[in-house]
Amino acid sequence: MLTFTLRRLLLAIPTLLVISLVIFLLVDLAPGSPMSEIPLTVPPDVRRKMMEALGADQPVFVRYVLWLRQFFWVEPATLFDGWFGTNWAGGEQRILSWQSRAPVFTIIGQRIPQTLTVIGTAYLVGVMIALPIGIYSAYRQYSLFDQLGTLFAMIGFSVPTFFSGTLIIIIFAVTLGWFPTKYDTNLSVTDWPSFVKQLQQMAMPVMTLGLANAAVISRYMRSSMLDNMGMDYVRTARAKGLTERVVVLKHVLRNSMIPVVTVIALGIPSIFGGAIITENLFGVNGIGAALIGAIHASDLPMVQTLAFIFAVLIVSFNLIADVLYGLLDPRIRYD
Amino acid sequence: MKLKTALLGAACALSFAPAAFADRGTDGEVKFTFPQAVSIMNPFLSSGTKDVYAASLVLEPLAGFDADGVIIPKLVTEIPTLENGGISADLTSITWKLLPDLKWSDGSPVTADDAVFTAAYCMDPAGGCAQLSKFDGVAKVEAVDASTVKVTFTGPKPNPYTAFVGALSPILQKAQFAACQGAAAPTCTDPNNMPIGTGPFKVTGFTVNDTVTLAMNDQYRDPAKPAFASAVIKGGGDAEGSARAVMETGEFDYAWNTQIPPDSQASMTAAGKGEFVVAFGTLVERIEMNMTDPDPALPEGERSTAKHPHPFLSDIKVRTALSKAIDRQILSDVGYGAGGKPTCNVVPAPDAWASDNTGCIAQDMEGAKKLLDEAGWVPGADGIREKDGKKLHVLYQSTVNPIRQDFQALIKDWWTELGVDVELKAIDPSVFFGGDAGSPDTFQKFYADVEMYANNSDGTDPETYLSQYQCVNAPSPENQWQGENMNRFCDPAYDAKVKVLTTTVDVAERQKIAKELNDMVTKDSMTVIPLVHRGTLSAHSNTLGGVKINAWDSEMWNVADWFRVK
Repeated sequence: MLTFTLRRLLLAIPTLLVISLVIFLLVDLAPGSPMSEIPLTVPPDVRRKMMEALGADQPVFVRYVLWLRQFFWVEPATLFDGWFGTNWAGGEQRILSWQSRAPVFTIIGQRIPQTLTVIGTAYLVGVMIALPIGIYSAYRQYSLFDQLGTLFAMIGFSVPTFFSGTLIIIIFAVTLGWFPTKYDTNLSVTDWPSFVKQLQQMAMPVMTLGLANAAVISRYMRSSMLDNMGMDYVRTARAKGLTERVVVLKHVLRNSMIPVVTVIALGIPSIFGGAIITENLFGVNGIGAALIGAIHASDLPMVQTLAFIFAVLIVSFNLIADVLYGLLDPRIRYD
Repeated sequence: MKLKTALLGAACALSFAPAAFADRGTDGEVKFTFPQAVSIMNPFLSSGTKDVYAASLVLEPLAGFDADGVIIPKLVTEIPTLENGGISADLTSITWKLLPDLKWSDGSPVTADDAVFTAAYCMDPAGGCAQLSKFDGVAKVEAVDASTVKVTFTGPKPNPYTAFVGALSPILQKAQFAACQGAAAPTCTDPNNMPIGTGPFKVTGFTVNDTVTLAMNDQYRDPAKPAFASAVIKGGGDAEGSARAVMETGEFDYAWNTQIPPDSQASMTAAGKGEFVVAFGTLVERIEMNMTDPDPALPEGERSTAKHPHPFLSDIKVRTALSKAIDRQILSDVGYGAGGKPTCNVVPAPDAWASDNTGCIAQDMEGAKKLLDEAGWVPGADGIREKDGKKLHVLYQSTVNPIRQDFQALIKDWWTELGVDVELKAIDPSVFFGGDAGSPDTFQKFYADVEMYANNSDGTDPETYLSQYQCVNAPSPENQWQGENMNRFCDPAYDAKVKVLTTTVDVAERQKIAKELNDMVTKDSMTVIPLVHRGTLSAHSNTLGGVKINAWDSEMWNVADWFRVK
């Protein structure tokens, strides 16, 4: 097991290097320029000087090597310095966003909490809605409840969040006036009223995303339950005279959960990635909103760094899932 | 004398008192929402309007413009003019006198050195200053004494109100930015995000591309202002969402740039919580005609260059016919509603500078058809006009934008009715405006017959803007496709007139020349066919008083006077 993990970890290094190069080249080759958002009243020679000041006129290879150095040396060193008061980074240039001239990692640090609270809660809510729907739909296949559950899932699948989000805003914010349409990022939860406020402003984005998440997971849960319901061991359990409750919730559910847990686990990196449309719609300043803003402004360092972080997360969560398999299921052995 | 001034001041204060003006900081918080979030608070490092407007709450120039485009003093005692001796007789220098006892929000005095430093900061060749053109022709900036700034130009400058005038060219505090000059400019994150200023507010918190929180500036020069104790600018989302937050839910007081479809404007106004305000600057949505041949069969480097005149657009009759076939009123109503009006000028405002050219507004389809007949383009078997076996085929490009695609579709209909075969193309704005010399789709390369976008003049004086249409400014391989004369319009008479404009001092005379230049590129030659004069549409809550929207400076130019309607 340990050898396997070590081998996979070592293999991840060249994989990530290749991914970083591909991301860098793809983002760089994409058309667009950081100067495109600047008004036309700014003359061309001033634009050229601004590009030079950003370092955007350097050849792509030079910028790649510089970025690698900043990502793997300067940024960790700066972080270390921040913790222990050392001076490893020596004031070297960190990765700066072209749009805001602020260090990319500072921006990410500011945004991660919002993404984790809002998107994370939405994911949790989605899972909590999806599991009962999936279980009961499978148990009472083709019943009215199952049909309604299918309808719910189809709506969640097929209605895009920019539509459902706007609809939710019009119902709950404009007509009913219950929730604010813009997320207030400066709100700090200190007492009961501010906690209520936080809940209110989270309600609509969580609803929007929760619907989409629940739709997907409830379908997985339902089909996995159906697969197990017809198995011999279920018949045996019933023949033993166990109650339906025990049969479904102990025998069937436990076995059905294995693939569903995998799906849920592999969805976790996407929480860090944020939700581009929903965050933008409700003014949640999370990672997704940062990414789309950076793409619009052709802020290459920001896009490259974020895309690479997502790659790291996906590679590591895949590794974690593989290792967990071995731990959970005794039939799987890697050695 | 002193007693008299004091008495006058007291009298003024008394007379203002009943006018419901609140004292400083008594009206709570004013909340702004911008559809694009604020990235940086230093206008010298970003000319994005969102950043410039946000910074204008904190940083101030020596002088600004009011809602009518008239220059007004901000940090100075008066506007320097030839009459009061502030501008030298030979027009080579301008001298500003700072207000006495002026303080930065940290309590330190504002001195002429700060202005001198600001000029050096922006003019540093390694700094990449976005407002460098404000310092065009500036030879030196010096501090005559602690409160006198003298700007000397390299030659006579008929319009010296560029450096330190308007929200694009504020004064930075030397003490704060001293270590941020040149190559270090972008790395100074804290000063760039939380600059110390003289404005009615000071920054208390800044989250990149999200929120700016501000508190009133205790050192502000008017002790009774601002009425609001704090301000917050929340960015992100879209225009629709920003407008809704003011007009329908009432969560915010002011939304900048709420450019939404006319029917949404009407339904949101009906909610009764706020109102839309519109400021007409100089922004004109226009179709630019390519005077050179964009034929893909031509070798690279010769395509769309002066070497090959356009096969049919070089004929003024064809250009005029294309313009006559367009109904500008419909375009304006469909696309912009209250935020637009039809125009025939590239310089549509201020009124004193705008030509009285309205000939293009009424659509004249029959006249257009007649012109094409005269030019020898007659309808073929398929209804498409042809001449010498060549079809009248137009490639019409613009950027990806819902309103522009509506315009393209409408204009295509009219041109098709005229007998023109129209091919539409929509390009991503970041490519179209990106200026990448390697891309075939930039608006400078203009590999199409006509293209549509919006452009405007910076400030009230259109000299720089009009000089863009000189022959030398045509983008070509020789200048790496950088240049602002997209049409490749080239008329020696125009160039000569621009030269005259640059040396003319008398304002009335300047206005006359500007109108003539405007007419030369529009109605006389139909090189540019203006469509819609676009305003900026913003929304403010009914509970917010004192808003006077301004197209010539920051929209928040008078934020110190804003108050809560009770």
